[in-house]
Amino acid sequence: MIEFTLWDIVRNLLLAARWTVALSLVAFIGGGVVGAALLVVRLMGRPTPNRLIAGYVQLFQGTPLLMQLFLLYFGLALMGFNTSAWVSAGLALTLYASAYLADIWRGCVEAIPRGQWEASRSLALSFGQQLTHVILPQAVRIAVPPTVGFLVQLIKGTALASVVGFVELTKAGGMIANVTYAPLLVYGCVALLYFGLCFPVSLYARSLERKLNVGHR
Amino acid sequence: MHIELQFLPILVQWPMLLRGAALTVGLTAVATVVGMLVAVLCAWTRMHGPLALRWVVGTYVELIRNTPFIVQLFFIFFGLPAAGVKLTPLTASMLTLVVNLGAYATEIIRAGIQATPRGQIEAGLSLALTRTQTFIHIVLPPAFKKVWPALVSQITIVMLGSAVCGQISTEELSFATNLIQSRNFRAFEAYIIGTLMYLALAIALRRLLNWAGARFLFGR
Repeated sequence: MIEFTLWDIVRNLLLAARWTVALSLVAFIGGGVVGAALLVVRLMGRPTPNRLIAGYVQLFQGTPLLMQLFLLYFGLALMGFNTSAWVSAGLALTLYASAYLADIWRGCVEAIPRGQWEASRSLALSFGQQLTHVILPQAVRIAVPPTVGFLVQLIKGTALASVVGFVELTKAGGMIANVTYAPLLVYGCVALLYFGLCFPVSLYARSLERKLNVGHR
Repeated sequence: MHIELQFLPILVQWPMLLRGAALTVGLTAVATVVGMLVAVLCAWTRMHGPLALRWVVGTYVELIRNTPFIVQLFFIFFGLPAAGVKLTPLTASMLTLVVNLGAYATEIIRAGIQATPRGQIEAGLSLALTRTQTFIHIVLPPAFKKVWPALVSQITIVMLGSAVCGQISTEELSFATNLIQSRNFRAFEAYIIGTLMYLALAIALRRLLNWAGARFLFGR
């Protein structure tokens, strides 16, 4: 029988943590792209797409991420795709992130005074020009802190990918706990590793927020 | 390609789904009531308590807020028995939900308390109220009113998060869904129904809390 030292446990968990980071980044970038597209469509202000997007956001914010993961995992299989845990977890988290980011960013755009839209309109800027030259540069400034804050939520969300068999930090922790019979130690280490990932991001988000508030006062 | 969805085999199991939903609601209710008490105590301690305790509460809040719920649940359910604390799935779920909501709500309530003008506290003290009386009657009610929307969101998140408790065989809604699909292999349909039930619960919970907050907590 192989003996597991503390270093063996931590080393294996660190190796698994790479996948947590990778999944978080994929979902964050993918969610950002989809979320931005949804935001632009929403800003065009057509009633039907707007209602659809509002429903989409409500659907993802009003249901458990766990169920979303299962739905995609089984749904893709039903449609005949031979999906790996990677694909279904990545896709589910991307959709989840896109709904939240679209909503966060919409709030940031709405915080820009209406006069800015009207002023740029009266200068004969097109919708695209209004967005890229007038609205977005101002909205991005206020959007950064909550977006970084959401990244923390997303990193924690990737832990649920373990239930569809994606071997990341939580799943690896479970497997190691089973062979070492030391669940307290292993899950303690898992929690500390997540803390190590999330806490710096939380602190960064908080400092960004503070800087932004100084500018406003 | 033709996909046939059959919801009937799921819907005939409605008693199981309802029992699951009832337990989800029950877990949320316990977590909300006890979690709020924990949060108020922690918020008070973090602002007025002795320095060592402030540090302890701060660590608790940051640790919980920066780790996933599922890891907290596994730590309590699988980890604690190794330290001699044996918990049933139900108590482990309740404990984790309370600990989780307690940490998030501490920060929210603290923000509300900090927004109370100093003059109000001084006015309370000058009317010969004790520090505790001032806190309970003067500081807390407007603080709750200010942060109630944030608390409602957090409680909804906890309700949705409780789906994870099914992973340690707490027989709530996600567990019932999983059990049904393992019996008739209609996984996709089962999860659609389960997810829609969560959506309905989330909308109902939000409405209820918004109404109850206005009616009982700070209504007139």
